[in-house]
Amino acid sequence: MRTKQMLVALLTLFVCPYLLFAAGTVSGKVTYTGTPARQKPIDMSKEPSCAKQHPTPVTTETVVTGANNALDNVVVYVSSGAPDDGQVPAQAVTYDQKGCQYIPHVQPMHVNQELKILNDDQTSHNIHPLAKVNREWNKSQPPGTPPLSEKFEKPEFIPVKCNVHPWMHGWFAVLTTNHYDVSKDGGDFKLPNLPPGKYTITAWHESYGTQTADVTITGNETKDVKFTFTAKPY
Amino acid sequence: MAKFFAITIVVIAILSAIPILRHTWVAPEDISTHGHMIDEQMSETMVEAGISFLAAQLILALFIWQFSNRGSDAKIKSFPGGARALVMAALLLVGAEVLALGVFGVKAWANVYLTPPSANAMPIQVQAGQFAFYFRYPGPDGKLGPIHPELINEGAQDFYGLDLEHDPDSRDDIVTAEMAIPVNKEVHLLMHAKDVGHSFFVRELRVQQDFVPGLDVSLHFTATKVGKYEIVCTQLCGLGHYNMKAYLEVLSPQDFDDWLKKQQAMQ
Repeated sequence: MRTKQMLVALLTLFVCPYLLFAAGTVSGKVTYTGTPARQKPIDMSKEPSCAKQHPTPVTTETVVTGANNALDNVVVYVSSGAPDDGQVPAQAVTYDQKGCQYIPHVQPMHVNQELKILNDDQTSHNIHPLAKVNREWNKSQPPGTPPLSEKFEKPEFIPVKCNVHPWMHGWFAVLTTNHYDVSKDGGDFKLPNLPPGKYTITAWHESYGTQTADVTITGNETKDVKFTFTAKPY
Repeated sequence: MAKFFAITIVVIAILSAIPILRHTWVAPEDISTHGHMIDEQMSETMVEAGISFLAAQLILALFIWQFSNRGSDAKIKSFPGGARALVMAALLLVGAEVLALGVFGVKAWANVYLTPPSANAMPIQVQAGQFAFYFRYPGPDGKLGPIHPELINEGAQDFYGLDLEHDPDSRDDIVTAEMAIPVNKEVHLLMHAKDVGHSFFVRELRVQQDFVPGLDVSLHFTATKVGKYEIVCTQLCGLGHYNMKAYLEVLSPQDFDDWLKKQQAMQ
């Protein structure tokens, strides 16, 4: 009896901290099969101050690919199971308008997290998130004005456009979790600091929709998850 | 005091006429085949309106000078026939002037709007939308594919809503943000608006035409001088109206072919 109690105590002593501080990681790669749409060069001749920032024309970013069929700009996030859902980070995310482009093209953020929108151009922009669930707004931002401070109250993937420059296009991914990443540098993503538990991981791409994967983290481990989207030429 | 007023009117009238008579403000260079007719019409209108303006001011000054110091018992003469005849005479005079302007103006207007483009005119579509112009060339097949407004996806540079998957005619269409045309070749401009009213104005071409939402407007012209010109929207269309412009490049036929090939490669 005494031995059993000792064993339980010992187990609790050693296993609990392990469970408490163990943090797994979900990492992997996003790829595509098929032929993605060709990305067209953008003619910015109407806005000379932006055009001269791009000696070779930039292209559209609806599908950004890398070597070996890698797919970038995919938002990968924990859509269910994350323990800290609802905790709004104090730090703001920033969204830049530079060279008549949105940088980054896709910006994830937590619901109610502060979003700072900068205008680094010598021309006026008019940022217009086409929200359907959240309140839709559009705001003019002349050059040299301080950053706009905004937030979104509900989770939504919001396309963003500029009312002055029709080619400018981006996305806000408003999520209820802080465990997110955007695939980059060859489709790589990484979701660290996940305590043991069961998770649903969702991958969202602006042209190809969403995919999900279930992952169970049992301890200090790295789980490999792969997402493969089907690309269409048109 | 009244005589001073009469002199002031005469001085103002003459001072206003001087810059017009001396051609102080010249029109920008004309680079179109029809532009001289528009310019002649403008001059005729200016001469007619100028003479009427000067005559009215001088008559006004004369009457003030002549009749300002009459005694209170002076007899007032009425217009022969009374007020009715006076109004009729004024209507006839102004009506004749407006009618004359219209009759003489028709030849310039008709040349641009009432004649069809020649059979070998080059079709170019232009779409105006808040706040940019986009141009579409039919490509080697000579056909513009159908437009599907619900498919417009500006983030993917599809400003017209072309269905490349189902419309073979659309696949070789060339959509550009800049308009280039060959010199000395007639261009048939097919205009439509994506949203609100806009206008297509190239001052050197002497072309200014509104886009009317829901209407396909057609226009034809020939540019005669190589160069780069500005296309601006001259119909207040919203917040970004000040920034709604594009450039027109008039190129030699060889340069135009090269330009079109380059644009085609970028589609």
